[in-house]
Amino acid sequence: MSGAHDISHLLAGAMLVTSFALLYQERVASVLNAFAAQSITLALAVAWTAWSDNRPDLFITALIALSLKGIVIPLALRRMVERLGIHRQVEKVVGVGPALLVGLALTGLAQALVAKVATGTASHAREALALALAIVLLGFLMMIVRRNAVTQVVGFMSMENGLILAATGARGMPLVVEVSVAFSVLIALFVFAVFVFRIRERFDTVDIEALDRMRGDRR
Amino acid sequence: MLDLYASGAALGALVGVALLAATVRGSFLALVYPASAAAAVVLGIVDLHVLLGGGVATAHLPIGLPTIGLHLRLDALSAFFGLVVNGGVLAASLYGMGLDRAKEMTPRVEPLFALFVAAMNLVLLADDAYAFLFSWELMSLASWALVIARHTDPECRRAAHLYLVMAAIGTVALLFAFGGLAGQAGGYAFSTMRNQAPQPLIAALILLAALVGCGSKGGLIPLHAWLPLAHPAAPSHVSALMSGVMTKVAIYCFIRIAFDLLGSPAWWWALPPIVLGVLTAVLGLLYAVLDGDLKRVLAYSTIENVGVIFVALGLALAFRANGQDGAAAVAMAAALLHCLNHSWFKSLLFLGAGVVLHATGRRDLDGLGGLIHRMPRTAVFFLVGALAIAALPPLNGFVSEWLLFQAVMAAPELPQAALHFASPAIGAMLALAAALAAACFVRVYGTAFLGRPRSAEAATAHEAPLIQQVALGGLAVLCVLGGLLGSVLAWALGPVLAQTVGSALPGDGSGPTPLSLVAFDPERSIYDAPVIALFVLIASLATMLVVHRLSARRTRRGPAWDCGFPDPSPLTQYTASSFAQPLRRVYGTTAFAARETVDMPPPGDGRPARLTVVSVDYAWQAFYAVPARLLLRLSERLNALQFLSIRRYLGLMFAALVILLSIAALTT
Repeated sequence: MSGAHDISHLLAGAMLVTSFALLYQERVASVLNAFAAQSITLALAVAWTAWSDNRPDLFITALIALSLKGIVIPLALRRMVERLGIHRQVEKVVGVGPALLVGLALTGLAQALVAKVATGTASHAREALALALAIVLLGFLMMIVRRNAVTQVVGFMSMENGLILAATGARGMPLVVEVSVAFSVLIALFVFAVFVFRIRERFDTVDIEALDRMRGDRR
Repeated sequence: MLDLYASGAALGALVGVALLAATVRGSFLALVYPASAAAAVVLGIVDLHVLLGGGVATAHLPIGLPTIGLHLRLDALSAFFGLVVNGGVLAASLYGMGLDRAKEMTPRVEPLFALFVAAMNLVLLADDAYAFLFSWELMSLASWALVIARHTDPECRRAAHLYLVMAAIGTVALLFAFGGLAGQAGGYAFSTMRNQAPQPLIAALILLAALVGCGSKGGLIPLHAWLPLAHPAAPSHVSALMSGVMTKVAIYCFIRIAFDLLGSPAWWWALPPIVLGVLTAVLGLLYAVLDGDLKRVLAYSTIENVGVIFVALGLALAFRANGQDGAAAVAMAAALLHCLNHSWFKSLLFLGAGVVLHATGRRDLDGLGGLIHRMPRTAVFFLVGALAIAALPPLNGFVSEWLLFQAVMAAPELPQAALHFASPAIGAMLALAAALAAACFVRVYGTAFLGRPRSAEAATAHEAPLIQQVALGGLAVLCVLGGLLGSVLAWALGPVLAQTVGSALPGDGSGPTPLSLVAFDPERSIYDAPVIALFVLIASLATMLVVHRLSARRTRRGPAWDCGFPDPSPLTQYTASSFAQPLRRVYGTTAFAARETVDMPPPGDGRPARLTVVSVDYAWQAFYAVPARLLLRLSERLNALQFLSIRRYLGLMFAALVILLSIAALTT
């Protein structure tokens, strides 16, 4: 079954690449595109695991990922962005170059950590776990280096993608847990959306620095 | 077993009265002191029975923590300290019965007084770490609540706050000590702790934690700062309990850990208690000599006595570590007897100060004076207490100090060079402390009771109610009897000495009469109290006769000679401050960096001349002010973390996560 692992690794690797892509996008619309691509890749990866490991319940997970995160959420966010009129450039705290370098370091850290910690498990499972951890860390990094509220939401969802990848690779995460995670993410999306609109109403921008200024915080 | 039933019944009844007094109030408030006195008598009889009968009563009740339960035990050591506690409680309760019910009894004090008494007795009975710490905390909190009873006074609030902080630190230290004693298996019953000896390093840490825990309650320098504030802030009979009795419970705790639970000592364990004890003894009295507040002077003197007791305990540890059990018994007997004696004369002095405070409303020595005319009985009782605490023969303070010096003089026989060479220094410092104690109480008695009244309040003072005089008089009689019957007390200590150091006094019973106290052998160390007393008596009477024979026959009353400038103002008298000035100049210049400046107006200027004294409390600076400032600065820095943006909080979380992951990647 080494071919099966190769393909699942390929898909996980593709997700990691989209994570990096998320880090350097200049516009909100392209951030959303990259996120949709990542979610669709996740759906493919989960579906492949379902097929190769013969775990049909994972197809439902893949379906949820594809429909919710690959289509519904990106579309919803896109509509939001259009209504708010914020196609403009995304303000970054850290430049693209340093952010990518930090991302590389985090990927390395994830590899090193999993190699150290998960010594008992098979090598392919280790690889999958390392990739998933790297995706989680990159999502977190994205939440920090972007100043735009919409991109923070995307960073959060990207972290969640990494978690689902890890869970499906790790075997045994029950569907209930997964469904609840998916729904909690959906609820988080709503909450974020409400907040974004409120921020926009009050400050005419979704740049969260406006919040800092309003509180008198000097960066 | 019957002993424990009786103790339990007495304590239960006392707590019941406390609860009734707290909830129903009314006449139950007045019932608290008789109930405390009765409980003290019952508990005292039980303690005496156990101490002299030599039995050990234990009980294991299924209340408290599920796996531990409640272990109680009454052995010779706890029975002896029970006698110390309940003697003080009896006197304080009698004094309380004399309080003015309308004016001086409040529901803030009475229920907590009973609770405080019960908690102190419970500490002595506890035989597992949980029960011990629980009752210890109960004791701390009850006494804290008593300190803050007069909460409208900002000084009281400050004292109570400091006390609460120090009590918490002390309890945390004790928690560590008992945690160390329980070991990895977690045997929290004292019986389990006795049977397992911890590693030497762990044992040393346990001893240090015990020293911090008990020292903070007893007032060892540098953990003393709360004591001279909190003890005087409480009502006087509570001050007597806190100073005379609660510090002894702290010493009981140290003895219980160091001599009972911790196993055989190493010689260097003796160094921390001895060094801190000597420092505490001398510095405590320097504070006392220079202070102008009657109750605070007494509190500082408590610190000194606790220091002396810790020196004795340190010596006992050193002797014990070297197998010199006889000498250890002498040192231990000195410590125990000093606990007993100090509980008597310090209670006496604090109750006397309470009488003075009630009669005049003043605590400042420079506002008192001439009280011997207005309150003659209190003056006599206070004099007995002052003589006893100054360790003059034939009173009880001398007996324990004499035993202590016997132990110090045996210290050169110790093989370790450090102790060997330290012993003369210890002796010299203790002698200095004893001399300062005498000076301190000459000053207190001279300014408060002799001379002419320095204020209108002092001039119109009145004598205490009869029951309070009974309390004071009883303690004064105990001080005298304790001096005369020192050998009997030392004999009664036998079971405690056997339990703690495994030996009786080497010279016990070898003296010419049953009343002569022998430390080592009759040739070299013997104190014959009745003979000394007789000599003092005869010498005084002879001197009196001779003086009267040589002087004029008839007593004449006339104006005092005043260098030819008759001035009726009592301000011209020698004051407490003027008495302290030479001592301040000699010792205070180095110990407290005391500087005095004189502002003398030029001739023709009408303003008064002023003498200003500035001093620095180094202990406060180094151990309280500076750490508090650092803590404040640090918390202000951390305070900034409370108001960050979401992104920065995420950044902090992310940094923490990455750091932890990196550590995991690098170490596992």
